Amino acid sequence: MSHDIILKVDNISVKYGVIEAVRNISFDLRKGEILSLIGSNGAGKTTTLKAISSLLPLASGQILLRNERIDTLQPHEIVKRRLSQAPEGRGIFLNLSVEENLDLGAWTVKDTSTYDRDLEHAFELFPRLKERRKQSAGTLSGGEQQMLTIARSLMAHPEILLLDEPSLGLAPQIIEAIFNIIEKINKEGTTVLLVEQNALQALQISHRGIVLETGNIVLQGDAKDLLKSDEIRKAYLGE
Amino acid sequence: MTEFIQHLINGLSIGSIYALIALGYTMVFGVLKLINFAHGDIYMLGAFYGYFISRFFSLGENPSLFSLLLALTLTMATCAFTGYLIETFAYKPLRKAPRINALITSVGISLFLEFTGQLVFGSDPKFFPQIFAISGEWAIGDLKFNPLQITVFIISLTLMAILQFVIFKTRLGRAMRAVSFNHDLASLMGIPTNRIISFTFMLGSALAGAGGVLVGLVYPKIEPLMGVMPGLKAFVAAVLGGIGNVTGAVVGALSLGLAEEFVVGYLAPSFRDALAFTILILVLLFKPTGLFGTKTTEKV
Repeated sequence: MSHDIILKVDNISVKYGVIEAVRNISFDLRKGEILSLIGSNGAGKTTTLKAISSLLPLASGQILLRNERIDTLQPHEIVKRRLSQAPEGRGIFLNLSVEENLDLGAWTVKDTSTYDRDLEHAFELFPRLKERRKQSAGTLSGGEQQMLTIARSLMAHPEILLLDEPSLGLAPQIIEAIFNIIEKINKEGTTVLLVEQNALQALQISHRGIVLETGNIVLQGDAKDLLKSDEIRKAYLGE
Repeated sequence: MTEFIQHLINGLSIGSIYALIALGYTMVFGVLKLINFAHGDIYMLGAFYGYFISRFFSLGENPSLFSLLLALTLTMATCAFTGYLIETFAYKPLRKAPRINALITSVGISLFLEFTGQLVFGSDPKFFPQIFAISGEWAIGDLKFNPLQITVFIISLTLMAILQFVIFKTRLGRAMRAVSFNHDLASLMGIPTNRIISFTFMLGSALAGAGGVLVGLVYPKIEPLMGVMPGLKAFVAAVLGGIGNVTGAVVGALSLGLAEEFVVGYLAPSFRDALAFTILILVLLFKPTGLFGTKTTEKV
């Protein structure tokens, strides 16, 4: 892991009407790392991810991807720059088949050999999806839907992957499996920004962490240190 | 029996024209959740574009399948372009506005097209040139077929088959279905949602334009307000089939065409136009999702 900054979130605020969901937050994502954004419901985690993907406009501040300003771009133009998001709540196309979902994930990939390799890779990571490739995505179980969300975001061949609450509503064993896969994806070279309420497990696989509370950053540092800090242990790990 | 089959053919032929229009309603509703009330007027424009194209190339002087296909193709292209312009200038600026704004705009566009049509084309009916002719009548025993009606039906079915292929077998169609499921989610795939919406408008307008030319073959009298009633009926057909559902639009439109024809033939000729709206009211009362529609809950 180097210290090259690949994504820079610079003093951004995001508003829903008059309510400020995120207030002047700044952080850097370094090439090759897993950075966790943790915090409880309503802390502004998903809002931050949506702002990075340009699904929400900034009220102020800017976002730079490889030193290029991206907050003025359309969402689809950001995917082209190899930043891909797996949205929360198993955001998959329930009206399409597993295979069609994966294919749409690769919308920006024009090279067929990359496409074939990525598809094979996705099926290697999630063999279950291969068995169900012809099935309608709506018929998958919760865990499988989450797998599909991640697999589909990998089909965009991303350099940066934003993951929004991949553990939400899943059984402990499946959470474990999904976190192992996230670690694996990262080891293979993808930079990961992970949003989680599940602070303990997120920090265990992360290099660094940021704690958000009602739209502000209250704590940040190396994941190891955060795991040891009293505040984290009390507030998020229930000790 | 002969009479019954004659009504069947009439019903399928008019129903297939409703289907070509209903598909545009349902597709646009799919991607934008907008009832585009100007859509019936695109059908009217299709008839006039076809009229001028036929006159320009003197297609009426050599009626042939080639003439028909030429007029059809050019009309579909010009209608697609018209649809593109309407979407870009009237609806795209309203993307973030409440949905009712776009709905009212569509009524405005509809009136605009109808009365600009009267101004430009004149309000007196024009006669669509005979660009395709099959001599004589086709007959099986006592049954006589109007070859033009059969032609209309076959061409409509072909166009619908092509549309099905585009929607369910191509990447572009997959993107249309993705956009109709959720705009934000589609854009996270890197899909340019605005371009897909424009494409959907173009596709729907091309089909309505084809309907305009085909109706000109069978009922050659065309005038600027001719899109009003078929437009409303196609809307009813789309609702009957379950708006947003492509197969539903076709089934709904053919059913409506047949129902009208049988009501006219066996019950009361004057009820033709009342029937569609009776069906609309009944569907909305008893099965608002239509035949093929799925229930969705609106989140606030």
